[in-house]
Amino acid sequence: MAEALLTVEDLRVGFETDDGRVQAVDGVSFELREGEVLAIVGESGSGKSVTAQTIMGLTRSPNAAFEGRIGFEGEDLLNASQEQLRRVRGNEIAMIFQDPMTSLHPVYKLGWQIAEQIQAHEQVSKADARERATELLRRVGIPSPESRIDNYPHEFSGGMRQRAMIAMALANSPRILIADEPTTALDVTIQAQIISLIGDLRSELGSVILITHDLGVVAEIADRVLVMYGGMVVEQGTLEELFYNPQHPYTWGLLGSLARVDGVKPRRLPSIAGAPPSLIAPPKGCRFRTRCPHEFDRCAELPPLAARAGGTQIDRCWLSPQEKAAKRAVEGRIGLEATA
Amino acid sequence: MLRFTVRRLAQTFFVLIALSIITFVIFNVIPNGDPALRLAGRTPNPAVVQQIREDFGFNDPLPTQYANLMEKTFKGELESYSNGTNVREELLRGLPNTASLVIGAAIIWVVLGVLFGILAAKYAGRIPDRLITIIGIVGISLPVFWVGALLLYYLTFKVSLFPPGGYTPLTEDPVQWLYHMILPWTTLSILFIGFYSRLLRSNILDTVNEDYVRTARAKGLSERRITTRHVLRNALIPIVTLFGLDFGAAFGGGAILTESIFNLQGVGQYAADSIGTLDLPPILGTVLYGAFFIVLLSALVDIAYAFLDPRIRLSG
Repeated sequence: MAEALLTVEDLRVGFETDDGRVQAVDGVSFELREGEVLAIVGESGSGKSVTAQTIMGLTRSPNAAFEGRIGFEGEDLLNASQEQLRRVRGNEIAMIFQDPMTSLHPVYKLGWQIAEQIQAHEQVSKADARERATELLRRVGIPSPESRIDNYPHEFSGGMRQRAMIAMALANSPRILIADEPTTALDVTIQAQIISLIGDLRSELGSVILITHDLGVVAEIADRVLVMYGGMVVEQGTLEELFYNPQHPYTWGLLGSLARVDGVKPRRLPSIAGAPPSLIAPPKGCRFRTRCPHEFDRCAELPPLAARAGGTQIDRCWLSPQEKAAKRAVEGRIGLEATA
Repeated sequence: MLRFTVRRLAQTFFVLIALSIITFVIFNVIPNGDPALRLAGRTPNPAVVQQIREDFGFNDPLPTQYANLMEKTFKGELESYSNGTNVREELLRGLPNTASLVIGAAIIWVVLGVLFGILAAKYAGRIPDRLITIIGIVGISLPVFWVGALLLYYLTFKVSLFPPGGYTPLTEDPVQWLYHMILPWTTLSILFIGFYSRLLRSNILDTVNEDYVRTARAKGLSERRITTRHVLRNALIPIVTLFGLDFGAAFGGGAILTESIFNLQGVGQYAADSIGTLDLPPILGTVLYGAFFIVLLSALVDIAYAFLDPRIRLSG
């Protein structure tokens, strides 16, 4: 097994708001290994984006409180100085964001923005930086980069802008790329192109943390998957383990709500009933029990994240693998309306 | 760019014509506006009044009167009804005084307004922000004539620190010029400093939450570079508009109160005096002069915008 490049240990992130303290991330631990694509999956408000942005120190604010450790190359990024963080950002760990329409600066030319990224961490001349920017644009599949480099972001389509963001992220050959919902704001056909671009660039990208709620995207390129719910990890395992033998009822629900072209076609696409829990006053015990059709008395106590199914898979559900298998077989998918 | 310029020039021409008509009409419908009665003295002889009407052409139909006025305006021969002085010469005489006041004050209000705006945003919610907010609101709320009068009373009348108004040309005596300008500059800029710092503060606080600022941080740029290149670059754009319009208005004679309080003999004071005596030719002259600057500056603002924000294109 490849060694861990990044280790997140018991990360807690809380934000003080007028309504009380929002515990956005509540004890998340995972490691990212050299060369792998780790997908973090969950609904809006599950804490996946906050986790990703905290790795980069982007959630720091007077209202935020952090606990835990984010280990990267012997440093703790969670408690790193601004200068330490600055040297890591863009250089060792790069990030692309959900909305390429607003994530690029509107008044600077793309070439300028990419050259700025290069020059933030390397001593290179303007001309060299520009040449490298052109080359980067070519690598992410932007046609005639020599002229496109002098375009402004508004002269690019959404997909092209996300390509440019990826070019910028690649500029300093980072060891980790964090992609925070990179396809959510794009058209479906463009989504597929961006995902296949990330797939094509895997050898250059090093390790990737992919934040998404789109299991189709996960199936496409992830090696391992982390499922988050209510600020906690509820299940973790390899792509195969998770897709073929999901352990947590929430994961069943996610998989059940996926539109499939094979197998039984439900009359209506199933969804998980209810809404994500409040992170100001989360339910006691298992966070998912308020929406889980299999809730029983033991769920009032928070189940630990433990290996129950064998393999590398760990989950946060009291049911035994046998019970789970039986319940899944009977009920198919949770929250499911009658299948046709 | 050429189409834009031509179009703007044509617009300017029509704006000036429209304004001159409005000014002329207002003057002819207001009560007590008859210039002949005014010129004829306290207890006029009707024959004299009639004679004045004849001489000045007040008996002509209004369109003819207007046409005559405009002809004189464009030839630079417009003369005051009450004292016969040439309006163009009077405007040119007042121009350096107004320019001294407005350019000096503009430098002060832009520098301090921007500085305070940045400080207030940087320390948002903390003591420096609170102090600047108070100063800003006080500056915005205080009427100019009151601030000016207060400064004159305490710093001139009470302690004789500054001269009691008046203007010394820069070319004649730079030290005296500066000495005479300090209080007017302070009075005029206090108001704008408040506005500018409030506006910039809120612009900055809006901009720091933009996605592209998060991107800049994720790139590993220094906080200084993020602030100057990524935040201020955009937060300052609305300030440019505001400045163009304020500067145009003040330069065009809008600093009437400040000029009058400190007896600067500038264009604004000239306008105020002319309105006081209901003297149509100088009123018309100052209105056209002021409108010209406002229209000119707003065109310059639009051009500056196109340079500052590439998403905006000047359409012809």
